[in-house]
Amino acid sequence: MPTVTLKVNGKKQSADVDPRTLLVQFLREHLRLTGTHVGCDTSQCGACVVHVNGHAVKSCTMFALSAEGADVLTIEGLANGSALHPMQEAFRENHGLQCGFCTPGMIMTAVDMVKRKGNDLDEETIRHELEGNLCRCTGYHNIVKAIAAGAKAMKSGAKTGKAA
Amino acid sequence: MHSFTYHRPVNVKAAQALLAKAKDASLLAGGQTLIPSLKLRLTDFDNIVDLKAIKGLDKIEVKGKNLLIGALATHGAVATSAVVKRAIPALAKLAGMIGDPAVRNVGTIGGSVANNDPAADYPGALLALNATVITSKRKIPADKFFKGLFETALGKGEIILQVSFPIPKKAGYAKFRNPASRFALVGVFVADDGKTARAAVTGAGEQGVFRSKELEAALKKGFKPESVAGVKVSANGLNSDIHAAADYRAHLIGVMAKRAIEAAA
Repeated sequence: MPTVTLKVNGKKQSADVDPRTLLVQFLREHLRLTGTHVGCDTSQCGACVVHVNGHAVKSCTMFALSAEGADVLTIEGLANGSALHPMQEAFRENHGLQCGFCTPGMIMTAVDMVKRKGNDLDEETIRHELEGNLCRCTGYHNIVKAIAAGAKAMKSGAKTGKAA
Repeated sequence: MHSFTYHRPVNVKAAQALLAKAKDASLLAGGQTLIPSLKLRLTDFDNIVDLKAIKGLDKIEVKGKNLLIGALATHGAVATSAVVKRAIPALAKLAGMIGDPAVRNVGTIGGSVANNDPAADYPGALLALNATVITSKRKIPADKFFKGLFETALGKGEIILQVSFPIPKKAGYAKFRNPASRFALVGVFVADDGKTARAAVTGAGEQGVFRSKELEAALKKGFKPESVAGVKVSANGLNSDIHAAADYRAHLIGVMAKRAIEAAA
């Protein structure tokens, strides 16, 4: 089997994988990083969003081998030790989740959104940008509020995670 | 998903050599269509040739009167490129309307063009802008490139390297989305090079993307919304499905054309 070598949350990882292995399977089943979820497995729901070389991607629609040499950041790498990332804290503060299944993907998408769109995000922008992330519990209101608050909090320079 | 052998060439030459040797092979660019298709076993290949390690294929630049976009440029890169926004703003806008942000971060123009999905956005832009697809073997004008549903003029072992767009005077794009899938139910791309205006339609044709004779005839009256107001588009050869009947799509083509011209820059 071919070998993939990449960095996940700042740590070098190397493993032999079947070429069919999706990045999300590699993260969950090889590295046991189960924070990244598989929802629809058809690249629609966004529960599997991680960052690859600083960009949000759906890890169910990428081969692990394609991530050769990449820098991957998952939800597990976002917090700084026991201090939550400002976006995670904002989801908690704003009750931005109910069952929590979509939350890792929502948060990774939100952090990517802030990187691309800045720290002052209006409701319309946030809702539009969430096109690829589905939540079946909240009705999105509190997720939108959480992202707006988290984006502002990221500006004030709270310490963030390990990679990318 | 059926099993396959994975290849990761580092240059176009090596990729070509692999394709020449491998019996049953597919190129992999962003994979946003290929991987879901493999998962569903709609398609399978013995060999997957991943282009990701080939450097320089994602370059975006203006050369003379043309905008050149590398095959591996992602939709996100095209949508946010200052070069594209300056040269053909409608193309940047179109790229920003494909899929969702995470899909745009991975999906590529080369992949979209090679796949020729009947509801994809790029093929309409290539046709209306009179673009040229530059491959590892030749240059193919858009008018000769798209050959029906998921079919193109690409031969075995041929790799798209770039798409060259002549910079128009004005161009615009409008799409009416399927509310569930967000794919184009009808998308119309219009372009005016100062002499002639071209209009291409995606999402609606039974044989995929096509140029609309009715719209192009109407645009001879001038590249303005009034020219296409009330234009009768034939429903012949248009899709009828659970999402929209052919006559409804025909009507939408006129509406989208008007909006595309209004938005043109």
